Amino acid sequence: MRRTVLVGAVLLSGVLLANCNRGGDGSGEARTSAPVVNGVRVDLTGAGATFPYPLYARWFNEYAQQTNVRINYQSIGSGGGIRQVVARTVDFGATDVPMSDEELVSANVKVLHIPTVIGAVALTYNLPGLKHPLRLSGEVIADIFLGRVTRWNDPRIAALNDDLALPAADILVVHRADGSGTSYIFSDYLASVSPAWASGPGRGKEVRWPVGIGGKGNEGVAGQVKQMIGALGYLEVVYARQNRLPVVHVRNREGRFISPMPFEIASAATAVLDSVNARATGGTDADLRLSIVNAPGAQSYPIASFTWMLLAPDAIGRAKTEQLVAFLRWALLESGDIASTLGYVPLPSDAAARIVERLERVTNVPASSR
Amino acid sequence: MRGPDSVAPGRRSLGDRFYRPVTAACAAAIPLVLTMLAVYLLHGAWPVLSTHAGQLLTGSVWDVPRGQFGALPVIGGTLLSSLLALVLATPLALSVAILSAELAPRAVREPLTFLVNLLAAIPSVVYGLWGIYVLLPFLRRTVMPGLMLLPGSLFRGPAYGPSLLAATLLLAAMILPFIAGVSRDVLLAVPRAQREAALALGATRWEMIRDAVLPAARPGLFGGIMLGLGRALGETMAVTMVIGNRHALPSSLLDPTYTMASLLANEFAEASSATHLAALLAVATVLLALTLLVNVIARWLVARVERGASMPGRWA
Repeated sequence: MRRTVLVGAVLLSGVLLANCNRGGDGSGEARTSAPVVNGVRVDLTGAGATFPYPLYARWFNEYAQQTNVRINYQSIGSGGGIRQVVARTVDFGATDVPMSDEELVSANVKVLHIPTVIGAVALTYNLPGLKHPLRLSGEVIADIFLGRVTRWNDPRIAALNDDLALPAADILVVHRADGSGTSYIFSDYLASVSPAWASGPGRGKEVRWPVGIGGKGNEGVAGQVKQMIGALGYLEVVYARQNRLPVVHVRNREGRFISPMPFEIASAATAVLDSVNARATGGTDADLRLSIVNAPGAQSYPIASFTWMLLAPDAIGRAKTEQLVAFLRWALLESGDIASTLGYVPLPSDAAARIVERLERVTNVPASSR
Repeated sequence: MRGPDSVAPGRRSLGDRFYRPVTAACAAAIPLVLTMLAVYLLHGAWPVLSTHAGQLLTGSVWDVPRGQFGALPVIGGTLLSSLLALVLATPLALSVAILSAELAPRAVREPLTFLVNLLAAIPSVVYGLWGIYVLLPFLRRTVMPGLMLLPGSLFRGPAYGPSLLAATLLLAAMILPFIAGVSRDVLLAVPRAQREAALALGATRWEMIRDAVLPAARPGLFGGIMLGLGRALGETMAVTMVIGNRHALPSSLLDPTYTMASLLANEFAEASSATHLAALLAVATVLLALTLLVNVIARWLVARVERGASMPGRWA
């Protein structure tokens, strides 16, 4: 009985607080960037990728506290996000894998890709007793995952690690078994550095892995690698960092060995956006379905990718488009360090400004609406 | 409205009037749900089933980016892991059932039954985690190196850990309580008179169980085993975590392989192309058909065994 009363009181106070917040928003709406439709609460729904879900949840939560816009998001996976946007059952989608040209054509509605944050893939290994991190090049990684390099003391690995004592043991390859954006980024990278990979397994959320075993999810791969001496697997970089797993330093285009740290990952995005900008100056619309694997730049970590929100302005109408553009402006430019405190790599600020500016131009939502 | 043999209207309870239609409706719901499921699956799978059914059933290449969907490895992996688990679990489960129904002292029976039922209540993801953190390291370090010393190709390495063997052992542990629970209830339902008759004829306890109890319980025991097989065929989470998820038919018990249910769990959420979705639904259709087929074969086997068992002179 006591407990019921207590629970009731907590619930009631929660409701009262929520109402207070909303009242507060009403008075403060002039300073927020979201356009308010008659001061009533706005609900938007989205669905898609699981990788950015923790970040999106925080963004939506913060945004709802500052404005009267509530965004519900279901992390059902990138494939589901694309399907639902095309089926028009959600107001926006999210994906780690850009839609293919065929998917865009068959969508029957124009879908915009807006990069929101940068993801990266780290390679982790189980080789006890190494005195510094393992170094690998893209070609060697591809040949390991193709089953052409099978032993840790292969001369090609030794040549990259001349001061490490590598064991004469089999390389036990671990890959993701479930379809995932992480596999897409990794296979996209392998395809871009290895012609044999490109013409073999290719790019995809699930590909035909020539060797190794499949783990379910990042935790499945990490669990297998941790248990098997001699194992090599790939993971989403936030997961690897949070679990303090050893990561491979990967040789980038400039020949430098780079560890997957936030600055190095962001450098890849900057380098690619710069090169796109150099090519498409003026008012032309650059397609933002950009691949940033194997990026130029001395500092760039080569296995990185954007994750995107998907917006179909013609499908959701003017009002919702304005709401979402306003949200994205806030998220990319004004949300502070939410992304980096959660372990994500935010877009470099000049890149974010360029993306928002382009989004406002394409959707014809002027920045002055704030 | 009253039939000639019905009781007076005042005495006829509401229950009697509604009992029959309500139970009939509930019973009809089962084939209805099954039919709806089959129709949905067939409809979704049609784009692949109508054009590539042969490739699906006999092909062994599952290459999503290239649109090749051969499901032979997952079909084989499902059948192998389930049947091997059944072979392992059945003798154990029947022993547990006989012990707890016939042989054990009363003080042991109840705790034993309780423990077996508890096994059935553990969620499969917990079995899977136990598989990853306890079973796999044990197999990899202790069991597999020993097995690899044996001659023949059945135990050829490398010893990854995740393997057909691991999935089989885990599945056996998971279906054991189902078979044991059903079997125990079936054994207890054998009439007392039957046992007493056997004992009166001079049978020992073992002969009584072998010749009087088990034959009478046989259809029920088969039912329990089939329930276990059904569960093994459809088990998803735990198997996904220990089988290695490799699209290849295993040539050794230590090889990683794949099952249909695991494939669906792994790829359904991220399937965005229409063909890929249809191929996954086609695999689901095959799984449903396979389960039905296994049940039909089992019923046919039971019927045959029954005819054999009822022949006179069996107990002589």
